[in-house]
Amino acid sequence: MELKNLLSEKRDVILERWFDLILKSYPADTSSFLRNQKNQSTNPVGHTILKSIEGLFDKLIEGLDHTSGDSWSSFLDNIIRIKAVQDFTPSHALSFIFDLKKIIREELKNDPVLNSIQDNSGSGNGITVELSKLDSRIDALALDSFDIYMKCREKIYDLKAKEFENKTFRLLQMANLIYDKEEEQRLDKDHGNLKKAL
Amino acid sequence: MSNKVPTPDELSKIDYTPPKKGWMDTPVEFKPGTWCYGSRPKYLESVDFPNPRDWKPTDDDWKLPENWKEIFLKGMEERLRKYRSFRLFMDICVRCGACADKCHFFIGSGDPKNMPVLRAELLRSVYRKYFTASGKLLGKVAGARELTIDVLKELWYYYYQCTECRRCSVFCPYGIDTAEITIIARELLNLLGLNTDWIAGPVANCYRTGNHLGLEPHTFKNSIEFFLSDIEDITGIKIEPSFNRKGAEILFITPSGDTFADPGTYTCMGYLMLFHELGLDYTWSTYASEGGNFGFFTSNEMAKRLHYKIYAEAKRLGVKWILGGECGHMWRVLNQYLDTWHGPADFLEEPVSPITGTTFENAKSSKLVHIAEFTADLIRNGILKLDPSRNNHLKVTFHDSCNTSRGMGIFEEPRFIIRSVCNHFYEMPEDTIREKTFCCGSGSGLNAGENMELRMRGGFPRANAVKYVKEKHDVNMLANICAIDRAALPPLMDYWVPDVRVAGVHELVGNALVMKGEKERIVDLRGEPLPVKSESTSSEEVKEG
Repeated sequence: MELKNLLSEKRDVILERWFDLILKSYPADTSSFLRNQKNQSTNPVGHTILKSIEGLFDKLIEGLDHTSGDSWSSFLDNIIRIKAVQDFTPSHALSFIFDLKKIIREELKNDPVLNSIQDNSGSGNGITVELSKLDSRIDALALDSFDIYMKCREKIYDLKAKEFENKTFRLLQMANLIYDKEEEQRLDKDHGNLKKAL
Repeated sequence: MSNKVPTPDELSKIDYTPPKKGWMDTPVEFKPGTWCYGSRPKYLESVDFPNPRDWKPTDDDWKLPENWKEIFLKGMEERLRKYRSFRLFMDICVRCGACADKCHFFIGSGDPKNMPVLRAELLRSVYRKYFTASGKLLGKVAGARELTIDVLKELWYYYYQCTECRRCSVFCPYGIDTAEITIIARELLNLLGLNTDWIAGPVANCYRTGNHLGLEPHTFKNSIEFFLSDIEDITGIKIEPSFNRKGAEILFITPSGDTFADPGTYTCMGYLMLFHELGLDYTWSTYASEGGNFGFFTSNEMAKRLHYKIYAEAKRLGVKWILGGECGHMWRVLNQYLDTWHGPADFLEEPVSPITGTTFENAKSSKLVHIAEFTADLIRNGILKLDPSRNNHLKVTFHDSCNTSRGMGIFEEPRFIIRSVCNHFYEMPEDTIREKTFCCGSGSGLNAGENMELRMRGGFPRANAVKYVKEKHDVNMLANICAIDRAALPPLMDYWVPDVRVAGVHELVGNALVMKGEKERIVDLRGEPLPVKSESTSSEEVKEG
């Protein structure tokens, strides 16, 4: 549980560095806007990224001491949904997940408390085990992010196909080329009633 | 394989930070999903536009005329002389940056060349080089650059990433209308045959048949008649509208999209029901069968050519005035340019509602009344019997369309109508509505399929505001008064805020309208079950979030 406490203490600084690194993947003019404009409505990208990484980080730590299912997908979805339509290659879009490993390692490396624990024979191993658990969780996050990224991209192609379908549907309908089961049943019924009446 | 596979260690050291380079030194890169296909030659030929040929924007050779540079610069010179606003907009920007973060494409894409100031600089830099002394002498130091083929490609790429929504102009202390810069830039590009297929097609269709879809008169009539059986099924009322009827008091014009694709079709049903209930003496035209004007996205002259059919038809049919449906750029064209093009339509009468006697003084010159004004006036005068509880299954928010809000100041009428026909209405955050409304991301002819990623980015600020009211108030319907919105917002919602659907305001009117002699309604205009009535449903519950 030591790692969890350490990471909770360092939450703000880790998140700040993570946010900073994500914003650096945008051109300089853009990243300063994404960082400085705090209005949720007028800076939806910056706001969503920040809120999503906060949520992701909390879920990551939360899961260190239990094995229940991860509920980070909504946070992951919010951020990846944006990156999936921006000018990023898939690897670039998802690289932010792996950045977290590097940031956490660097932050812990300089931590005096952690260093003193590691000097103390035995306890350091606990941290090492926990760190490897954290790595696995970040890897799981990465795997989930592949799924979400693909879902977003498939949605884009689905939207393109749907638009095309909508354009032609009415034409087919007007040309009586659409088979409508309900309509046929209604006509059959009317026809039956007519026969009865005769 | 010749490429060396990087080791994990090398991979972890990849620096994704973009290199710091000036915008002039950052060449344009045509990224998939951000640009529309080039126009087919047949469309350009049909309206005598220059340089018709097969071309792709990603081709190295755009098959331009040899003297393309001369044509472009001569076109620029002519327009600088002709439009004082254009010269002013080229000269007076102090690059204060007030507009920089106001564009939905910049906000959604993060591409600095989508900042309105920088988008304008793309053309300004050419202006400085060829039309100012400082630019001619000092070149890059004075912010000037040569017009090269790469610069031309950059202009094409970014001026077809602007929806001419004018949000940026609201914030400019000098009143620079960046949309007008885009309009002129597109005119110049059109001199070289650099149009998109999605715009050129509707222009050619409209010129030939009177509507963007290219529907022949009988098809247009059929598509309207198609709704009549649906209306009869839902209400038990048989409606018989007239087409091309001479001597009708009013000519009704609406975007052809509403006659053809859902959910605009439900809005169209709403119009038909309303006019029938009023016993309005009106007619449809199968010739002036389009309110929209894609010509506006190519050149001033083309917009003018396409627009006049509405008035020519009004003259031919001998109507007194014109009523216009829920459309976006139709109204901007009319409100901003009509009098300059054709002068006041003096052969028509100043519009007076035959039902309420209200004179629409604002339409004194154009003789064309917006249906939101017309219906709001009916409701204000207590003419319509409405049952808002029929819309109780809908939690509605309203998207101000750029053209009707910033282009002509229609803010209150649609809200007044929605509040009268729905019990659940919630506003999106203040920074995203009325004159500060965020564009749907697909206006000005950008609602093609091939640029879906661009549309999703550009529409993100709007979608984000919808998401906010969905999470806060469980909003499930996004109302609007624009046909492009009705086409563009459904996929936008599908991607960003699933479960929120899109409706024209007159669809909601059609649902709530209690018609004389109607049977008990069990479904709404979409054929979906109406909410079960309860004691409390008649009480009005209007909230703002």
